[in-house]
Amino acid sequence: MPDHIVKSYDRELESLGRRIAEMGGLAEKMLSEAMDALVDLDVDMARRVVASDPRLDMLQREVEESAVLTIARRQPMAIDLRECVAAIRISGDLERVGDLAKNIAKRTTKIAAEARLPRAIVGLKSMHDVAAMQLKDVLDAYAQRDVERAREVWSRDAELDALEDSVFRDLLTFMMEDPRNISFCTHLLFCSKNIERIGDHTTNIAETVVFLVTGEPLPVERPKGKTAFEPAESL
Amino acid sequence: MSLVMDAPVTPSAASADALEKIAIRNLDFFYGETQALKSVSLPLHRNEVTAFIGPSGCGKSTLLRVLNRMYDLYPNQRAEGEVLLDGENILSPDLDANLLRARVGMVFQKPTPFPMSIYENIAFGIRLYEKVSRSELDHRVEAALRGAALWNEVKDKLNASGLSLSGGQQQRLCIARTVAIHPEVILFDEPASALDPISTAKIEELIDDLSERYTIAIVTHNMQQAARVSEYTAFMYLGELIEFDRTRRVFTSPEKKQTQDYITGRFG
Repeated sequence: MPDHIVKSYDRELESLGRRIAEMGGLAEKMLSEAMDALVDLDVDMARRVVASDPRLDMLQREVEESAVLTIARRQPMAIDLRECVAAIRISGDLERVGDLAKNIAKRTTKIAAEARLPRAIVGLKSMHDVAAMQLKDVLDAYAQRDVERAREVWSRDAELDALEDSVFRDLLTFMMEDPRNISFCTHLLFCSKNIERIGDHTTNIAETVVFLVTGEPLPVERPKGKTAFEPAESL
Repeated sequence: MSLVMDAPVTPSAASADALEKIAIRNLDFFYGETQALKSVSLPLHRNEVTAFIGPSGCGKSTLLRVLNRMYDLYPNQRAEGEVLLDGENILSPDLDANLLRARVGMVFQKPTPFPMSIYENIAFGIRLYEKVSRSELDHRVEAALRGAALWNEVKDKLNASGLSLSGGQQQRLCIARTVAIHPEVILFDEPASALDPISTAKIEELIDDLSERYTIAIVTHNMQQAARVSEYTAFMYLGELIEFDRTRRVFTSPEKKQTQDYITGRFG
């Protein structure tokens, strides 16, 4: 795409994209470190994850402010307007991803002492691997304006929902086996919900990328897997 | 999100006549040897505002001037093709251009009040086309001034010169003069480009009002204005119609790259 006649306009839009990329990198790092901390019950690492969240919050505010300023100053049209709207939306989603990763880290600091049953975390680790891959793909899709890749991310979310369902059953089983597992496993349940939510934010970003590039929204309904909270014909 | 979901404009042939106040078909226009419009075809929908945008010299003002045969006033200018107003070709030499201009009024970039009283500025045009009683004339002048949202500002000084008004008021006076003779179509050629933001807002509000009763075409260099006031937008470049679609689509996700480059300020 050719440059704007007004060069500073290009610089404003580029700087939005750069900050989204930085937010994406930070959110990815928080998620993977939160998971490592949980697997290794590493309280120090968990604390570092919690400590990096304010940076993400600050970046989100910066993106929002500069996007609003660009809208006020340039009255962007078409692709430029979508760039601004997309930046606001994606930064909001990434900020939430950071919050959810932080929550996993906080729970890690709580359960580190009483943790037992390493096999209870295996399912969560698989959920994390899928969510992290989805997040990476959607950030690449944003960086490369790749609609196909965004669509793939969007339709793959059902996988994460199915995994959450299986983690839910496992944790339920562990709790039924031994009441001493309840407190620990309840925290893990929340962690699995957090990862599932991260998946939802990832699909939101995928929708935004499609809108950004094509100007068309994706359908309201996306393919859904079974969730743990549906009528339990198979439970 | 529904902002961008409208399908491209392709009215079916059956409903087209009812929707189209004016149908421009394969219109070519020449200033002497120079071709200023190249096979332009598009509709102007009834009681809707259609905006024409494009860089200087793209032919948008020329197109507007064809719609009320303004070019007749100049030698060596000619139009070819068809412009159907309610199905009747206005390019036909048999058509009375004066009657046409009563049906298709025009408001220009710079306010052009006549050097006479506010009242006479409006009464003049009415008398030209109709024979009306004094009281009927008073009534028509008031209605026109109300229609142009100027009545409250001038009702106590109808005998003052039209030239004593501010620029924004003069422009509304010209709009009042245009609506006074009950046209069917109003053409605006950059009606607000010489006005301050408040006068501009008043003109835009007025255009919005007028579109309930009239079919409107507006040429503007102000992209945001086109986006605000119009339902349809035509983007022209070098005498050709590049894109014509619903305004909401043209300004959110235009189909053509040239349109996008122009409206986002990447042209040239």
